[in-house]
Amino acid sequence: MHDRALLRVTGLAKSVPGGRELFRSLHLTAKPGQLIAIVGESGVGKSTLLNILAGLDEPDSGRVAIEDIDLHALDEDALTKIRATRIGFVFQAFHVLPYLTLRQNVALPLALVSADRQTIDARADAMLDRVGLGARGDGYARDLSGGELQRIAIARAFVHRPAIILADEPTGNLDPETAAKILDLFSKAVREDGVAAIIVTHSEAAAGIADVVLTLTATGLERRA
Amino acid sequence: MSLVSARLALGWLIGGEWRAHPARLALTAVAIAIGVALGFAVHLVNGSALTSFEGALRTVNGSADVQVNATTPLGFDEALYASVSTASGVADASPVVVLRATVGKTRFTLLGLDVIRAAQVTPSLVGIAPAGIDRRTDAAFDDQALFLSSAAMRAIGTKPGDRLTVAANGRATPLRVAGALPGVAEGQAIGVVDIATAQWRFGRLGRLDRIDVKQVEGASTAALATILPRDATIGTSASDASRSAALSRAYRVNLDMLALVALLTGGFLVFSAQSLSVARRLRAFALIRTLGLPRNGIVATVALEGLAIGVIGASLGLLLGYALAYAALTRFGGDLGAGYFADGSVRLTFAPAAAVGFFSLGLLAAVAGSVLPARIAARAAPAAALRNAGEVIDPRTPVPWIPAAVLIAVGGVAALLPAIGGLPLFGFASMALILAGGIAGMPWLARTLLSPLARRPDRNVATGLAIRHLHGAPGQAATALCGIVASTALMIAMAVMVTSFRGAVDEWLGQILSDDLYLRVEGGTGYDPAAQAVLRATPGVARIAFSRQVPLTLRADRPPVTLIARPVADGEDPTLVLLDKAERLPAGTTPIWLSEPAARLYGWKVGASVTLPLAGRYAVAGIWRDYARQQGAIVIRDTDYAKATGDLTRTEAAITLRPGANSREVQRALAARSPRTLASLISIAQPATLRRYALELFDRSFAVTYLLEAVAILVGLAGVAATMSAQTIARTREFGMLRHIGVSKRQIIAMLASEGALLGLVGGIAGIALGGIMAQVLVHVINPQSFNWTMATRVPWGIVASVAGALVIAAAGTATLAGRRAIAADAVRMVREDW
Repeated sequence: MHDRALLRVTGLAKSVPGGRELFRSLHLTAKPGQLIAIVGESGVGKSTLLNILAGLDEPDSGRVAIEDIDLHALDEDALTKIRATRIGFVFQAFHVLPYLTLRQNVALPLALVSADRQTIDARADAMLDRVGLGARGDGYARDLSGGELQRIAIARAFVHRPAIILADEPTGNLDPETAAKILDLFSKAVREDGVAAIIVTHSEAAAGIADVVLTLTATGLERRA
Repeated sequence: MSLVSARLALGWLIGGEWRAHPARLALTAVAIAIGVALGFAVHLVNGSALTSFEGALRTVNGSADVQVNATTPLGFDEALYASVSTASGVADASPVVVLRATVGKTRFTLLGLDVIRAAQVTPSLVGIAPAGIDRRTDAAFDDQALFLSSAAMRAIGTKPGDRLTVAANGRATPLRVAGALPGVAEGQAIGVVDIATAQWRFGRLGRLDRIDVKQVEGASTAALATILPRDATIGTSASDASRSAALSRAYRVNLDMLALVALLTGGFLVFSAQSLSVARRLRAFALIRTLGLPRNGIVATVALEGLAIGVIGASLGLLLGYALAYAALTRFGGDLGAGYFADGSVRLTFAPAAAVGFFSLGLLAAVAGSVLPARIAARAAPAAALRNAGEVIDPRTPVPWIPAAVLIAVGGVAALLPAIGGLPLFGFASMALILAGGIAGMPWLARTLLSPLARRPDRNVATGLAIRHLHGAPGQAATALCGIVASTALMIAMAVMVTSFRGAVDEWLGQILSDDLYLRVEGGTGYDPAAQAVLRATPGVARIAFSRQVPLTLRADRPPVTLIARPVADGEDPTLVLLDKAERLPAGTTPIWLSEPAARLYGWKVGASVTLPLAGRYAVAGIWRDYARQQGAIVIRDTDYAKATGDLTRTEAAITLRPGANSREVQRALAARSPRTLASLISIAQPATLRRYALELFDRSFAVTYLLEAVAILVGLAGVAATMSAQTIARTREFGMLRHIGVSKRQIIAMLASEGALLGLVGGIAGIALGGIMAQVLVHVINPQSFNWTMATRVPWGIVASVAGALVIAAAGTATLAGRRAIAADAVRMVREDW
């Protein structure tokens, strides 16, 4: 594991429009290959935190830096570029587009920045192999089970070799057995690719694969023993 | 990151959507195709007719640089020829007599020419005799020689060498077909005789109708204008073109506008379809924005889809339009049945500029219909959209009404502005603004109309849910209904206008057709005083009022008005329905009565002194209602007309029968007592026949507008079907949840049928209300500015009720059918299904 921080969050604070404070003075650092789980009660602001880390929402104060690039200093175009190249996302509801082939779904982040079809297909196929769906590239979402859809989502999150992965309840829609397999796959991919991953979850099983488990409270993140 | 680098991803998104919903995209492309096809076809037909009509004019005119034309068919003194041929700037001049001639029942234009002069000025009108050693070579100077164009030969069924009896100006004379007119364009029925023959044999001694002029290069017509008497005017090819265009311009512009309505409706259909498509894909768009597609990438994606729909639809539309134009020309003729271009065949002429124009309009409608919903989607925050796709329904959210009110108010102001170049462009802008305002106000109207229902306690689960859904999401109602509201409003507006117009014409016919019989001589010839006296003495005739109608050119660039010489009673004349009359006239002036279109076209007021191309001083004694002559008419007392022109021939007669006289016997007697040369040219009719004929003509001229309206309505109904179906399918998860909590399938279908019926009702109310407002613009602004006649509003209640009923039934039926499909799936799967 390297010492260089891929994600550095300092002094983050956020309130909701009604004035209620979600969190303040939040600090977080994530290094290559490190998997951090963030847990907390519903409504505490876990998803909001994830959105701020992705540049989709703005904090009231504080800084978020990805590979030492301060998101606060970037305009919308630059933030879009950061998301396209340096961040991978895994969602609870999979969000696999039903009208694209599975290969196209996986390759979507690559196709957003390049039109080199051969390279894109080769990397997408390699990712499909890694998640155990190598033979299904020409199929569609409706052919897959929930677990398989989440594998596709994981492949899409890693395919463009991002610096960090943000995952929001990645096993929330899966049964425990399938969830365990997905978490195993996810954890291996994080470590093999040397990315930093932040998982927001209620699931103890998901928290169990993390190197660090942090609880989000109004005062910030507290390390769970 | 640029859109160029994301082009592969954009291609996948567009391609995927097209593969997933080919029928929806095909429907929207077809809607655009229909709009483009109708617009292009109407334009091609009108353009081809005008080109043919102008070609016919050029042929008859022989392509002279300038013509000196008589302002009436009575012609001008031939002494003018000497002055014109020696005028400054005139290189050569050719005198012409123009007659409307017949051989049997076949009509053609007969020109009398001085062959030597014509060979210099208008060589295309000079005849050529067939070559051969036994042929005479001086045929051109033979006083019985007649040269015919190939179309005239075909129509008459004759060939060189044949002898024919030609009738014109009330005289008949035998002539020999001496040869052909190879310089005359195909399709034009023209004959040429020596000018002396024309003047001598057809009673035109000392008169000319035209002098064709060859100008010295660079010369102007100013010097020529100074020597012309009142009964002659200068015409150029430009003024000829302008005159022929003016003849039917307002009708053509109105048809063009109506065709564009279909295109506009197509654009709204694209808007509806793309709005729903975007709503359905909100989470997909949110996802790819999260993954790194820039905000304008969403707009680009949907706009590219619209562009592709536009390219396919517009290309299909051009092909279909060309085919439609061909079929319409074959079936209805160049004026689509309106009766503007009565003579000559019309050949379809492709118009590349119009093709590019209509293609671009098709693209614009498709892209604009796509970009608007895409911009809304692009503005949505991706994080929120990922969690909650679709419209956020909150019945407490106020629905804005100010933009709609502003658009309608601006439209109202535009209606008050005058015509530009004789065209009601502000009137059309007013209609477009009112329509846009009405559609923008749809959500407000839906909320307002449904609020009282939403406040009532529910008696029935299905209708309660339906009312609350529409009340809470009025934007969805607007999206589904914008196309049908547009087409309904325009159809109602047109129906009200046509009903008002037809009613006014019917009432007017009842007022003016007060005699027992009407006699008319076709072809410009008529009864001389002796023949009039013979008719007056016909048994069974109590009174006979002769009149004469001649075209009178007031301005070279406008079609002639009709000068009607007839008796006018001193007090109230029941056959002259006056809208306004002068208290007194300037001393020493002769009274004339202008038809409403003539007064509006030439800007003359009652009591004003006016100059006519006739001897004497004239003043406007009154303005009368006339729906028969769009280019204007002037009534002059027959005695004043005779004094001004010396013309005593009469071409029409209104006959009052003695009590107990047999109408048929009198008709036979009138025909028998008419001169032999007029026998084939007389028509005698009873008022009921004339009335029926006039109304048939009216219906025929509006037949194409009914067709265009029907197409616009069908496109709009297709839009309702498509959007209702898509909205219903998009709510599958909602139905799944309802079934989980105990709502039956039947109740859901009832709910959807209620929603559909309510939507149809709201759309019908909006469309009819908007149509009613727009009808006022049509009746009181566009019609007077286009056709120069006014009328009162009459509402076709039967059509209004039928349209409202059809809308309710169509919307409810479509929603029910779509609902059956949407709830066919397993309830558990419906809830679980993300997409």
